[in-house]
Amino acid sequence: MHEKETPMREITYAQAINEALAWNLEKDERVFLMGEDIGKYGGIFQVTVGLLDRFGPDRVIDTPISESAFVGAAVGAAMTGMRPVVEIMFIDFTTCAMDMIVNQMAKIHYMFGGRGKVPMVLRINIGSGRGAAAQHSQSFHAFFLHIPGLIVVTPSCPYDAKGLMNTAILNENPVIFVEHKKLYATKGHAPEEYYTLPFGKADIKRAGKDVTIVATHEMVNRSLRVAEEFARDGVDIEIVDLQTLCPLDKESILESVKKTGRLIVADEGHVTCGVAAEIAAMIAEEAVEHLHAPVIRVGSPNTPVPFSPALEKIFIPDEDDVREAINRMKQYM
Amino acid sequence: MNLSDGQLVELLRKMVTIRLFEEKIIDLYARGLIPGLAHLYVGEEAIATGVCANLLKNDYITSTHRGHGHVIAKGAHLKYMMAELFGKKTGYCKGKGGSMHIADVNIGILGANGIAGGGIPIAVGAGLSSKMRKTDQVTVCFFGDGSSNNGTFHEGLNFASVHRLPVVFICENNGYGISVSQKQHQAIQDISIRAVSYNMPGMTIDGNDVLAVYETSCKAIQRARAGEGPTLVECKTYRWRGHHEGDPNQGKRYRTMEEVKEWMEKCPIRRFEEKLVSEKVLTKMKAKKIWEEIEKEIEEAVAFANESSFPSPQDMYEDVYA
Repeated sequence: MHEKETPMREITYAQAINEALAWNLEKDERVFLMGEDIGKYGGIFQVTVGLLDRFGPDRVIDTPISESAFVGAAVGAAMTGMRPVVEIMFIDFTTCAMDMIVNQMAKIHYMFGGRGKVPMVLRINIGSGRGAAAQHSQSFHAFFLHIPGLIVVTPSCPYDAKGLMNTAILNENPVIFVEHKKLYATKGHAPEEYYTLPFGKADIKRAGKDVTIVATHEMVNRSLRVAEEFARDGVDIEIVDLQTLCPLDKESILESVKKTGRLIVADEGHVTCGVAAEIAAMIAEEAVEHLHAPVIRVGSPNTPVPFSPALEKIFIPDEDDVREAINRMKQYM
Repeated sequence: MNLSDGQLVELLRKMVTIRLFEEKIIDLYARGLIPGLAHLYVGEEAIATGVCANLLKNDYITSTHRGHGHVIAKGAHLKYMMAELFGKKTGYCKGKGGSMHIADVNIGILGANGIAGGGIPIAVGAGLSSKMRKTDQVTVCFFGDGSSNNGTFHEGLNFASVHRLPVVFICENNGYGISVSQKQHQAIQDISIRAVSYNMPGMTIDGNDVLAVYETSCKAIQRARAGEGPTLVECKTYRWRGHHEGDPNQGKRYRTMEEVKEWMEKCPIRRFEEKLVSEKVLTKMKAKKIWEEIEKEIEEAVAFANESSFPSPQDMYEDVYA
C-alpha cells in the first residue's frame, strides 16, 4: 500500500511509533499508555510527545517510579478488558518488574488453562553508545525469548516500527516491543495511513547469493551499509531482518542459508546465549549440511557496558565487526 | 448491620464449605492422591467468607497461594476446583495450574498466585480498568502478613491511592511468613498502620469474627464503589495447618503446639455457629445438617475429579499463546 503514496514521506522511528500509538488511542478506547515521564515530558526518547495533550491524563498516565506496580497494573487491566501499552524507560529497568513480566504477564494465559488473556504491549529499548554506562545501555532482549508466552518484536526502521506496533496492539498476547535507542532519531519512509505488518515474517532487506546476514535492529542498517561495500568486491550479501524474534521465521532463515551456505548472525546483545546463539543452534540442528563455512556471531562482548567513550566504542558491535565477519567468511568462498 | 437469618446461615455454610474442602485435601494429600503443593486455609475461613459476601459476581478478587477459601467464597465450583487439584483436564485450568493458580475470570477470580504479593499490582490494574471503563466494580486484593514486606505491597498501595482506585486490600495476618513469625519479619504489630503512608484508611480487626469482617469490609467496599478510593483492612487470624501440607507436624519447627491449640480454641466457625444457635437463628440439628450436606457435596466433587481424565500430552502445548 505504501508504494502508491507520493511523494515518499519520511519520519523518524520515534515518530513512527508515536503515530501508531496515536492512531490506536484514537480508534480503540481500550488502549491507554502508562509509564515513567511519558506525559508532559514526552517520554525519555520523546516517543509519546504530544499524546498527553491530545488524549488527556486518564489515557496517558505518568506513573510513579514503580515498575512492579505499573507493569502489574497493566496485567490486571489487560485481563479485565483494556489494552495497555506500557513504556519502561530502559530495558535495564525491566529487572525491577521481572516478577510481573515473567511469572504473571507471560504465564497467566497458560496457568489458567486459557481462561483469561493478557493483551498488552511492553515497550522497552536497547542499545549502547550514549555514554550511559552499565545500567542504562543493555541489550538483553534475548532473555525474553527464554520465557514462553511472550512475543518479542524488534523493528529496525520507521516503516517496520509503525506497522509492527499496530500489529502488537491488536495481538491477544503480551508483546515485548524492543526498540533501539540509536534508531529513534533516524528517518525513513513510512506512510501516513494505518497498516500492519505480520508477526513471524522476516523481511529480506537485501537479496544476495553469497552470504546470509540474519540481523536485528541497528545491526540491519550497519550490515546494509557494509553489504554495499562488499558488493563492489563481488560479494553478494543477503540481509534477513527478523522483525520478530518470537515467533521466529525459521523458514526464511533456512531458505536463505540453503541458498548462500554461509551465515552471519548480527544482534546487539551479548553473544553468549544471545539471539545469534539460538539461530546458530537452530541452523546446526536443521541445515548444517548446507553450510560451506562456520557460522559467525556478531554481538556485544561478554562484559557489562563500559562508560568511557574509548571503551564503549569498542564494545558496540559496529560496521567494523560486520566487515571482519564477512572477511572471515571470504576465506570459505 | 441488617443481615437476614438466611444470609447469616449462608455465611456459616460458606465457612463450613471451605473447612470441609480443606479437610478433604488433608486426607487426599496424605494418601498421595493430590500431587504438588497445597497451602490450606483452615482457621482463616471467616475472612474470605465475610469479605466476599459483600461482592457482586462481576467484582474482582486476586488471591494467593493459600487461595482455596477465597475462590470458594467468590463462587467457584467445588468440582472444578477439586479436578484442578487432581491435575485433571476438567479442572479450572485444564490441569495446567493446580492449587496455586485457580482462576475464573468470568466470575471475577483473577487468579490465585504462587508469588507472595504477586497479585497486588494485578488487583490495582483491575481497579484501574474498572475506573477507566466507568463501571462500579470493586476489586478485593487478598494477601498475607508476609507479602506486606514485599515491594509490590508498597508500590501497589501507593499507585491505588494516587489514582483513588476501587480496590480493597485485605491483609490476612496469620502471624507467619512461612516459618518466620511476624515479630521476626517486621517491626510493627498492626500492619494497618502502613495505610497512613499511602493516605488511605487502615484498620485492624479480628479476622476470626465473620461478622466483624463482613461489616468492616462492607464499608470499605462501599467506599470503593462510590469512587472514594482504596482501604487497607488487616484481619488478624492464624493458620492451623503448616505452611503447606507436608510441613512437618503442622509447623512444630517454628511454633509451639500450645500456640496452635490456643488459636484452635478461637475457631471462627464454632464461634459463629454457637452464636447462631444461641440466638436461635438455627437449631443444632439444622447446623448438623449443613455439615452433612456439604460433606456430600465434597464427596461428589472428589468423585468428579476421580472420574475425570488427565490431560493428553498434546494439551501441554496448548494455551501458551492466546
